Amino acid sequence: MNGFGIVKGLFVTIKHFFTTYWVDLFHGKKNKTRAARRGMVDSAGLFTVQYPEEIIIPSEEFRVIPFLIYEVGENGVRKYRCTSCGICAKVCPTQCIYITRKKDEVTGKPILSPEEFYIDTDKCMNCGSCAEFCPFDAIKMDHDFEIATYERGETHIYSKEKLGKPLEYYAKIRPVNYASEEAVRHEKASVH
Amino acid sequence: MTVNGINIPNASIPPDLQHQVAVTTLDKIYNWSRSNSLWPMMFGLACCAIEMICTAASRYDLSRFGMEVMRPSPRQADVMIVSGTVTKKMIPQIVRLYNQMAEPKYVIAMGACASGGGPFKEGYNVVPGVDKFIPVDVYIAGCPPTPQSLLHGLITLQKKIEKEHIPTTRWYKKEDVVEIPIPVLGPDLFDPRKSELISLETHKPILVEEPVTESGDAA
Amino acid sequence: MSEQTANHPLYYEMANKFPDAIILEVRSGFFGAVVKSQSLLDVAKTLRDAYSFDYLSAVTGVDDFPEDRMEVIYHFFKSIGGPQFELKVFTTRNEPTVPSLTGLYPGAELQEREIWDLFGIKFTNHPDLRRILMWDDFEGHPLRKDWKEPFYEEDVKPFKNRWPEGKARHSENTNPFQDNVQYPREFNPANWTGEADHLMYKSLIMSGEQSSNIIKTDQLVVNLGPQHPSTHGVFRMVVVLEGETIVNLRPVVGYMHRNHEKIGERNTFLQNMPYTDRLDYLSSMSNNFGYSITIEKMLGITPPERAEYIRVMMAELTRIASHVMSIGFLMNDLGAYFTPALYALEERELILDIFEAVAGSRMMCNYFRFGGVVRDVPEDVMKKVKHLVENRLPRKIDELDRYLTKNEIVRTRCEGVGVITSDEAIAFSATGPILRATGVPYDIRRADPYSIYESLDFDVCIRNHGDVYDRYLLRMDEIRQSLRILRQVLNRIPKGPVISGKPQYLAKVPAGESYGRVEGPRGELGFYIVSDGKPNPKRYHVRAPSFINLTGLAQMCKGAKVADAVTILGSVDIVLGEVDR
Repeated sequence: MNGFGIVKGLFVTIKHFFTTYWVDLFHGKKNKTRAARRGMVDSAGLFTVQYPEEIIIPSEEFRVIPFLIYEVGENGVRKYRCTSCGICAKVCPTQCIYITRKKDEVTGKPILSPEEFYIDTDKCMNCGSCAEFCPFDAIKMDHDFEIATYERGETHIYSKEKLGKPLEYYAKIRPVNYASEEAVRHEKASVH
Repeated sequence: MTVNGINIPNASIPPDLQHQVAVTTLDKIYNWSRSNSLWPMMFGLACCAIEMICTAASRYDLSRFGMEVMRPSPRQADVMIVSGTVTKKMIPQIVRLYNQMAEPKYVIAMGACASGGGPFKEGYNVVPGVDKFIPVDVYIAGCPPTPQSLLHGLITLQKKIEKEHIPTTRWYKKEDVVEIPIPVLGPDLFDPRKSELISLETHKPILVEEPVTESGDAA
Repeated sequence: MSEQTANHPLYYEMANKFPDAIILEVRSGFFGAVVKSQSLLDVAKTLRDAYSFDYLSAVTGVDDFPEDRMEVIYHFFKSIGGPQFELKVFTTRNEPTVPSLTGLYPGAELQEREIWDLFGIKFTNHPDLRRILMWDDFEGHPLRKDWKEPFYEEDVKPFKNRWPEGKARHSENTNPFQDNVQYPREFNPANWTGEADHLMYKSLIMSGEQSSNIIKTDQLVVNLGPQHPSTHGVFRMVVVLEGETIVNLRPVVGYMHRNHEKIGERNTFLQNMPYTDRLDYLSSMSNNFGYSITIEKMLGITPPERAEYIRVMMAELTRIASHVMSIGFLMNDLGAYFTPALYALEERELILDIFEAVAGSRMMCNYFRFGGVVRDVPEDVMKKVKHLVENRLPRKIDELDRYLTKNEIVRTRCEGVGVITSDEAIAFSATGPILRATGVPYDIRRADPYSIYESLDFDVCIRNHGDVYDRYLLRMDEIRQSLRILRQVLNRIPKGPVISGKPQYLAKVPAGESYGRVEGPRGELGFYIVSDGKPNPKRYHVRAPSFINLTGLAQMCKGAKVADAVTILGSVDIVLGEVDR
C-alpha cells in the first residue's frame, strides 16, 4: 500500500524515542553513573553523552599531543627524563619535533638533557611514534583534548615548559602502562 | 535553566523572584541568544569532516548547543567549520563561501591541517593554514580532534561571542565590510592582495647562489 | 633465482610471440615483461584476448632520475582470480610519450590522466588528456624527482636541522612570499589570464549525444560541487542536462589532493604508516593492512599467528564500520535526512571505541607494523568485541535491514538506477561492491588470498543487477559475512607474540618492487612500492579504489535523472581522501 512506508518509518523513530527513556528510567539505576554506562557496548537507553558536564573517559591508549615527563627534584626543579637522544625527532613522520642538545658550558661536550624541546602542534599528527620508540619513557601521548585556542602562531609551538608534565600525571592517565614500565625500570636498576 | 547565563553578576533580585526575573544588559542577552543558536555550515573537507559528522550524530549531539541545523548554504550559516586540509585548488571556493556568509560570521579551524597545514604542510598543493586567507576565530589542535574536542572548540567560540560588545561589532559599523579577494589559480596559487610583492620577487635579478640562511626564528 | 630467468612463466610465451617487442628485465618483485612502447597495444590486446588478463588494475609511472628514463607500469589481473602480470614501458624524460590503453581498457582513463598530471608523460590517442589532480595552469609535474615544492627542505627524512641543533620555526619564514607558493620567473599576476573551465564545458556539450526527442532542447551544464552536501566531500560533477535527464557527466577531482605520494617518497618506510591512515579515513585499518603486507613481501617476513588474527579482526571491523556508514549516507542522499545515518553511526561509534582502546585513536589508528601490530588487544577489549559481534551487531544489522530493505521509497529510488553491466564494470576496472553487484565474484580475499583468509570460511557475496539497490544489498550481505569471519576469528585466535622480532623504526627494505593489494571496504586497495635499498621508497603509489571506481560513473549516470546522480554517487561510496590522495 502506498504511503505505509512513511507511517512505518515514523513508528520506528517514535518507538526508539520512548524505549530509550524507558530503559534509562527503570533499568539504568543499577549502574554506577550515566557517563560510565553510556558508550559501553551493552549500553541501552540514551546514547548521548552530555559533553561539558559528563565526559567519556578516554581509554588508556588514547593519544592527542605528546608531553614530556619530568620528576620534581629538590627546590622544585624539573628533572626531565629526556636525554635528547633525538630518536623521537628522527621517527616523527611530520618532522614536527625540534630538539637542541644541551652542551657543557666549559668543555662544549653534549650533556644528556635537552636545552630546548619544541613540538609544532600545527604539524603533529598525533600518531604516537615518538612515544612508541622512546627508549627512556620520556615522551608520552597526552589525554588532554581541550586545547582550542583563539590564536596560533607562537602558542601552537609548544616549548619544553609547556610540554612538561609531572610523572604523577602520567601515572594517573595511563596506570597500566605506568605500572609495567616501572616494573621494568626496577628490574634494570636492581641488575646494575 | 540558564538564567544564570544571562543575569548580570551582583544583580540584586529579591529572593522570591529569583527564578522568575532576570536582570541583564542588552549586550549580554544579545550575545547569549546569538551564541546559543549558531548554525554551522555543512562543509566537510577531509578526515575531520567525519569527526564533525560524528559530533552531530547521536552520541555527541550538537543540538544540545542549538547547533543542530547544519546548513549547506552559506547564506544561512553562522559558523564555518573548516574541517580538514585546505588545498590550493579548494581555497578559492572557501573564500567565496566565506564572502557569501552573512554577518555575524565565525570561522573555526578544526584540526592541525586547517590551522597550519598539518602533516601535509610540506605538500605542494596545501595551503598552510586557512588563516592565510580568511580570519579564524578558534583553532582546534589535534589530528583529527575528537568530537569532544570539537565541542570544546565550539564552547570556546561561544565564550568569545559572549564577550562581544554591540557598539564595536564589525557588522554594525557604518563602513562596508570589505570582501576578501578570491585567490587565483595561476602557475601557482596567488593572492591578489600580494600581486605587487609577487611581481617584485619574480622580476628580481638572479643572484649568485648563496647559502640558505634560516631567517625569522620562532619561539 | 638466477640472473637470466624471468619471474613470471608467461614471460616466455609472450617473448616467443613478440620476439622484437619484449625485453627481459629481472628485478625482484617484478612479474612480467618490459615492452617497447610501439608494440604496447598489440601485447596488451593479446594479453586481454588470448590470456584473459581482462582486468587492468593499476597504471602508474616511475621516474628514474638522474637516469634519462621514465617507466609506466601496468598491473594486469584476470577477473577470475590469480596473480598478476605486469607490463612495463620505458620512455625518455625529455619527451615522454606512451600510447594510451584507454581503447582496450577504459579503466585506464583517469589513471593515465593522473600520470600526465604528475609525471608529464603524454599518452597518445587519449580522449581527454588534461590535468586531473592539479588545475590546468599549474606549472610543472610534481612527482618528477627534480621538481621541488616551495617548502622543500631535504630529499629524505629525517631532516638534519631537527636534532641536535633544532630550533623551531615556521616553514613560511623560509619563503619570500611567507606562504607555500613559488612562481616562474617574470611572472606578473596583474597580467594573468588563466584558462578557466570553459573548454571543458564546451567539449562536454559537443560530446553529449542529442536525444531523439522531437522537440529540440538546449543542453545545460550544471556543476554539482565541490561544496555540495551530496558529494561526500569536495568532489565536483559537471553534468550536462537535457531537461532533467543527464546526457553527459564528468567527475572533477583534486580538491583534496594532499600529495601523499610526493610526501611518501620522502618519508622512511615506517613513517608512511600513519599517512596511510589518512587515505581512506573511514577504513584506516585496511589501509594499514595493505601497506604492511606490501612491505612485508619485500622484507620477506610474516607476522606471528596471533598478529594475523588481530589484523583480520581489525580489518573486518573496519569493513563493518565503513559499510554501515555508507548505507546510512546512501539513505541520506535519498532524502531520509539523517535518521538512518544516526542509527548507523551509533554502531560505528561502538566499533571506534574498540579502535580507540586498542590503537589509541578513533580514526587514525596507525596500528600495524611490519611483521605484526603495535600492541596486543587487552582482554577486556576482546570481551567487548565478542559482545559486539555476537549480540549487538547482528541484531542491529537485522534491524537496519528490516527498516530499510523493503521500504517502498528506497526501492523505487534505487531499483534499476545506475545500472552497470559486468563487462562494463570489468572494463572500467571497477572493484569492490560495484563489481560484485554486477555478478562478478571477484574478491581479493578469495581471488588472491592474503593473510589467513584462506583458512576462514566465508562466502563472496554477489548480486546480479548492478544497480544502486543491489550495491546496497551487497553491502548488507558483506556485513553479515564479515560478522561470520569475526566469529571464527574470535573462536580461534591463539595466544602468542604480536610482532615478529623487535619493533624497529628503520626497516631495511631490499631493492626491488612490490605490488600488494587487499580487499578494502571500497574495493581493491593496492600499494605499489619501488625501493632502491635506501631508507625511503623511490616510488610510493596507491591504487585507490574510490578513484578508479569513478571511471565508470559517467556510464552509470547517463540517462538518469539529475536527482539520481546523487544516489548513484552515494552508492559508489567514494572517500575523497583516497580519490585525490
